[in-house]
Amino acid sequence: MSAAVTTKTKEPFLRIAKREGLNPWKAWGIRGIALICALLLCALFVFALTKLNPLDVYSSMAKGAFGTTRRIWITLQDTAILLCVALGLAPAFKMKFWNIGGEGQILVGGITTAACMIYLGDLLPLWLNIIIMVVASSLSGALWGLIPALFKAKWNTNETLFTLMMNYIAIQLTAFFVSKWENPFGSNSVGIINPDTKGGWLPEIGSNRMVSPYVLPVAIVLILTVCMFFYLRNSKHGYEISIVGDSENTARYAGMNVKKIVLRTMLISGGICGIAGFINVAGASHTISTNIAGGRGFTAIIVAWLAKFNAFVMIFVSLLLIFLEKGASQIASDHGLNNEASEIMKGIILFFVLASEFFINYRLIFRKKDKKEA
Amino acid sequence: MKKIFALLLVLCMATALLVGCGGGDTDGGKLKIGAILIGDENEGYTFAHIKGIKDAVKALGEDKIEVIWKYTVGEDEKAYNAAIDLVEQGCTYIFSNSYGHQSHMLKAAQENPEVNFVAVTGDTAKTANLDNFSNAFNDTYESRYVSGVVAGMKIKELVEGNKLTDKNYRDGKVKIGYVGAFPYAEVVSGYTAFYLGIKSVYADVVMDVSYTNSWFSIPDEGAAAEAFIADGCVIISQHADSTGAPSAVQAKNKEGTVVYCVGYNIDMLAVAPDAALTSATNDWSVYYTYAIGQALKGEKIATNWAKGYSDGAVGITALGTACAAGTAEKVAEVEAALKNGTLKVFDLNTFTAQAADGVKVDANGKVTEYLADIDGDFTGETNVVKDGYIDESNADEFRSAPYFALRIDGIVEHMKSES
Repeated sequence: MSAAVTTKTKEPFLRIAKREGLNPWKAWGIRGIALICALLLCALFVFALTKLNPLDVYSSMAKGAFGTTRRIWITLQDTAILLCVALGLAPAFKMKFWNIGGEGQILVGGITTAACMIYLGDLLPLWLNIIIMVVASSLSGALWGLIPALFKAKWNTNETLFTLMMNYIAIQLTAFFVSKWENPFGSNSVGIINPDTKGGWLPEIGSNRMVSPYVLPVAIVLILTVCMFFYLRNSKHGYEISIVGDSENTARYAGMNVKKIVLRTMLISGGICGIAGFINVAGASHTISTNIAGGRGFTAIIVAWLAKFNAFVMIFVSLLLIFLEKGASQIASDHGLNNEASEIMKGIILFFVLASEFFINYRLIFRKKDKKEA
Repeated sequence: MKKIFALLLVLCMATALLVGCGGGDTDGGKLKIGAILIGDENEGYTFAHIKGIKDAVKALGEDKIEVIWKYTVGEDEKAYNAAIDLVEQGCTYIFSNSYGHQSHMLKAAQENPEVNFVAVTGDTAKTANLDNFSNAFNDTYESRYVSGVVAGMKIKELVEGNKLTDKNYRDGKVKIGYVGAFPYAEVVSGYTAFYLGIKSVYADVVMDVSYTNSWFSIPDEGAAAEAFIADGCVIISQHADSTGAPSAVQAKNKEGTVVYCVGYNIDMLAVAPDAALTSATNDWSVYYTYAIGQALKGEKIATNWAKGYSDGAVGITALGTACAAGTAEKVAEVEAALKNGTLKVFDLNTFTAQAADGVKVDANGKVTEYLADIDGDFTGETNVVKDGYIDESNADEFRSAPYFALRIDGIVEHMKSES
């Protein structure tokens, strides 16, 4: 230390150093502090601009997401659908394959599901139709994911741009089918499919009307979550994905067929996004429109990254995001704070949660005051 | 694992707040009204509805009515969820303001027969045949006709003052451009009324209509307006909700091009102070005062409701400085005639059409029969021609939503390719 002092280099006021092996409890504490800071800043923002009691606003948010039995279940269902997309994107992103095409993969899955509901809904028994819908929607989503992967493997095209552009094709395709199936004619919307017969709708579980329609979507995604967790952590495939993600050359050196892994992973990734489209159309909205993906293909990227591809952590990240969304519409309803205001609050909270990762991974070192230059 | 704890903490805090602040819902026997809105007060169309409901509540007694608002509700299962949530909060009358909410409102209505649902601007209440499901629409075509009269006065002034060049004419007729959203009856009915309004003042006009395939797109509407201006159109009007077209017209007007615009829903003078003549607009408080008033009395809301000038439900916004001299007097005269019923917008003597499926014309091209699609099955089945005029939006006999989809001579539609 004394040797270092003799050099004339000035120590910067602030240095950033990588942190190694931070105690989990400390990391937990940092996240907690970040969240409290975010809530305090939001409170300040709300009070400064609107003079509303921030506690009232927070209680509105909680009520919006969990205020009634039905609200709780709708929150859970929306969480499940977002989570499902994130589960699809996680293996691709873990492999460092930038699948920005979740949106399109959801849409094509939705289109095939809607087609099954419209053409087969009243024809086949429900269980058979559901099997067909699951297979068809995951195949179409998988195809949508496979195309950019094939081009990547064959001609090394840029998958970020390719998957993104596939979204626009999917949107146009959806618009085409919406105008083909529009009902009533001229409305440019499909309306609810089979409203009377409920042909092709995911069945309701139980007799409580406030719960029954939401059980199956949530259950399907929970099963998928468990599968994805173990697939990524314990399977040979999962191991290969993480090696390709860390270094393609290492993977190649270890004798892995990188192209095959990329293609296979994108099949799975697109397939699960397609299933998200199926759950959305057959389980939740019972209609198809260009907005059924509703930006989930992008939001799910945040979910997957924030959770560092841990499927169980993703549950909580998606729940947080959906909670903020539901809370936002409730504060608009209760306090007349419009969507812009709630978007700002959502932004503040996400910013702090993301920023806390920085303080978990890095450490700030301030220049010591007593250090005087010779 | 650590992250799980962090997020659990969020939930705990949220739940704590929930528990801490519960039990605040007390209603002193107030009538609870639910409003499901496609946008919020920042969007002209929804703003008009919010204002309508608030004015109605003010008129009927704020102490008797509580309104629960649901803003920016999409046209998907969110509309159904919002409706059910309002039912669970104790609302007995629920209104939605966008066409796409309709099928979700209908589903909620079927499941909750004790609650009344109104899909405003919807068109299936007649066929749905439920006691608790209604539609309502203003006779906007009347105000479009009046805004056409304003535009016609301007064209007359420009022609008489020799302000137009060859570019502004096609076959000796002055060119007009109209930016439509979708080729639906609502839009067709509106632009035809606008065109007939112009023709009532200055007969030698032709109109081009293009579609943006969106209700709200500033860039698309702006681009469509610019294309019309480049083609030499003198008046640009719109049936889409953004300020894209008026802004484009204002910019060209500033550069010295002879072009003016007629807006929709909101006063466009803020974005086009030199170019805006007026806007056709709705006063939704008339309907909401009626409907909420019925609710207070415990009486049924009409399954179909459509009113226009006679009840003050439609009108035009303040006239711009660019308007021709004498416009205000002419407008007053036309409005009075619409109010007392002596003037019919779709008077069969004022236009001609070509014979087609469901359209019969005589040797002079005058329409003798027009089959409109009232039941929403793709084809016209109901003759809506009545002694000398087409009976648009007859809520008692047919339905409140527009069904005039007849293409008349002098208007050319430019269909955008499927998108």
